[in-house]
Amino acid sequence: MFEYAPAPESRAIVDLRPSYGLFVDGEFVDPTDGGSFKSINPASEEVLAEVAEGGSADVDRAVRAARRAYEQVWGPMPGRDRAKYLFRIARLIQERSRELAVLESLDNGKPIRESRDVDLPLVAAHFFYYAGWADKLEHAGFGANPKALGVAAQVIPWNFPLLMLAWKIAPALAAGNTVVLKPAETTPLTALLFAEICQQADLPAGVVNIVTGAGETGRTLVEHPGVDKVAFTGSTGVGKAIARAVAGTRKKLTLELGGKAANIVFDDAPVDQAVEGIVNGIFFNQGHVCCAGSRLLVQESVAEQVLESLKRRMARLRVGDPLDKNTDIGAINSAAQLARITELSDAGAAEGAERWSPACELPERGFWFAPTIFTGVTQAHRIAREEIFGPVLSVLTFRTPAEAVEKANNTPYGLSAGIWTDKGSRILWMADRLRAGVVWANTFNKFDPTSPFGGYKESGYGREGGRQGLEAYLNV
Amino acid sequence: MTATATSARSDLSELGRSETALRTFLHGLPGVDQVGAEQRAAQLGTRSIKTTAKAEAIDLAIRMVDLTTLEGADTPGKVRALAAKALRPDPADPSCPHVGAVCVYPAMVPYVAEVLAGSGVHLASVATAFPSGQAPLEIKLTDVRAAVEAGADEIDMVINRGAFLAGRYSEVYDEIVATKEACGDAHLKVILETGELATYDNVRRASWLAMLAGGDFIKTSTGKVPVAATLPVTLVMLEAVRDFRAATGRQVGVKPAGGIKNTKDAIKYLVMVNETVGPDWLDPDWFRFGASSLLNDLLMQRTKLTTGVYAGPDYFTLD
Repeated sequence: MFEYAPAPESRAIVDLRPSYGLFVDGEFVDPTDGGSFKSINPASEEVLAEVAEGGSADVDRAVRAARRAYEQVWGPMPGRDRAKYLFRIARLIQERSRELAVLESLDNGKPIRESRDVDLPLVAAHFFYYAGWADKLEHAGFGANPKALGVAAQVIPWNFPLLMLAWKIAPALAAGNTVVLKPAETTPLTALLFAEICQQADLPAGVVNIVTGAGETGRTLVEHPGVDKVAFTGSTGVGKAIARAVAGTRKKLTLELGGKAANIVFDDAPVDQAVEGIVNGIFFNQGHVCCAGSRLLVQESVAEQVLESLKRRMARLRVGDPLDKNTDIGAINSAAQLARITELSDAGAAEGAERWSPACELPERGFWFAPTIFTGVTQAHRIAREEIFGPVLSVLTFRTPAEAVEKANNTPYGLSAGIWTDKGSRILWMADRLRAGVVWANTFNKFDPTSPFGGYKESGYGREGGRQGLEAYLNV
Repeated sequence: MTATATSARSDLSELGRSETALRTFLHGLPGVDQVGAEQRAAQLGTRSIKTTAKAEAIDLAIRMVDLTTLEGADTPGKVRALAAKALRPDPADPSCPHVGAVCVYPAMVPYVAEVLAGSGVHLASVATAFPSGQAPLEIKLTDVRAAVEAGADEIDMVINRGAFLAGRYSEVYDEIVATKEACGDAHLKVILETGELATYDNVRRASWLAMLAGGDFIKTSTGKVPVAATLPVTLVMLEAVRDFRAATGRQVGVKPAGGIKNTKDAIKYLVMVNETVGPDWLDPDWFRFGASSLLNDLLMQRTKLTTGVYAGPDYFTLD
């Protein structure tokens, strides 16, 4: 047996301070009410740093700083000059990508292979892409002279901390807005390192403000009357609360919420690649992906063969230390999330679905969950309807393309879907009928800054990425 | 389960009797998505193999090398020297294992056989009008018999790519069957020349065709056309031997050849074997590298691991 020796990425490159303040008006400041919380490494439960908890006075300070910067500096600045800052930030991200990747894996628990090969290249690409738009907004298709909105309040989740920051900040800044961003309470550290990068890039003070904190800080931020635009990525429950809070105000709102995507495998699919796609669809980032392919719909005539291949493949997944370069599945981000995954998985077993996981040793400390599939799942099971947001796949079967479409659409969500078939015409036929914002064909979880991303139904509204992503930050 | 496997076995052995059955079977194999296969191969290439795992991989890779010279300029002196190197790749270090085999043209087999006799290093010879295969069947078979008689215990044949690409699968099949028969006890490696087959679907079909016809190994390339072994092609072939064993119970080996020049590449292949077909194939009996310059890089990295410093190229023999 060929055993891979440990190949840990060094964490020496990350220089963490013991505590962090809020990043307001270009500098790190202590919170007015002095609150703080700890950010831990979910793979070891070790405390990484103490982070300030922003209260309402802090949020107010940040929004005022953003307003000032918008009115005096960033708003009046020509697009080509804004572009220069964004290009500079993009280059700095590339230069410091190893440092950012290691910190992301430390704080989030995701494998270094993913933060290094997926997250960081995409983060830089987003800044490069939107930097290119900054002086071309009149050609974006939103009228001759589109204007920025003002101050954007942005609240992002913990699954792709830095990537979600990039999705939010890059288009906002390119369009001429200033931002106040609240990272998730379990993963604030890369956002704070990004604040240092803003300083390094000489970004004018107040253009980017980072206010750390938990749900209450986020609520205060989106409800602040000085905010012109709210952008949120996270759970459908919180999204609905934000929609209610923003209703009746002048604030523009975009929401990117949960999903329960169908990954549909037809009998003529390239089986080996489909299996890779299934694995990538649900086990990428421990399944902490809103567009994860968490429902596998496989044509009954090949179900047995596909499941056999899938189980064989799953047995090769390497679960463990996120900083080991050979790890495929890292740690679950928090104890709370682990509890939710465990609860839903237990419900799946109790409701009669058959549970299977490969033999794998999980570390003792930290939050871990073995990759799991449930077979014999029906539409009526909770694990087929509720978003688990973990490495848990529900397998259902179908007989005809029409049945596949029906089952795929039979969910309150509509963020993404996948189709695996060798038939081009069937891909188009299916894509026309699937009510999902993104439809991947013979691939899954592929992202690109030029491509818009967003949902139907309870998965939210508005688009991020591409030319379309500018619309959310322009007065159109 | 046993009953199913047995019946599957007999079904497959009937396929070669009819052009239609063979075509229907080969075209019924699942397709290969090019983007997905290449992405998977690239992903496996990011595995980080260090320290003890690296040492183990290097020794295994040395044992898997088919040390090859296939030049018009080959002489008895040249191939004897190569055979000597195969036996003791690193004269300075007796703990260094010998390679898997020496691979030469049929005319050179007798000279190599003298050196290798009784050593456990196999003697492979490329026969069947290598590399083009464009000769009458009888001549190809004579080529094979001559090589076996001269002492080769492994024959690397080329398939008839012209017939394959024209869809005359039976012709290719029958040639492989005839060659296997001509081999007698010698192992048959079937070279698909994947660079000329061009698509991964073709690679998968040719792999199955070669296995159905009785090939003991499937090999990527002759090394004589611009595109030789690649990781994605090898991935598709590994999937084929895995599925073939599941269907028939018979294990077939895989040999990427050509273009594998350094330790880093060789380790990527071993990782791919490990994670695609598992440890059953991590053995010189089931996986080989067709290479010449690879060996010295393996030796150089091996020395680096034991001594901590890189030795210059003059510290490794040139044959």
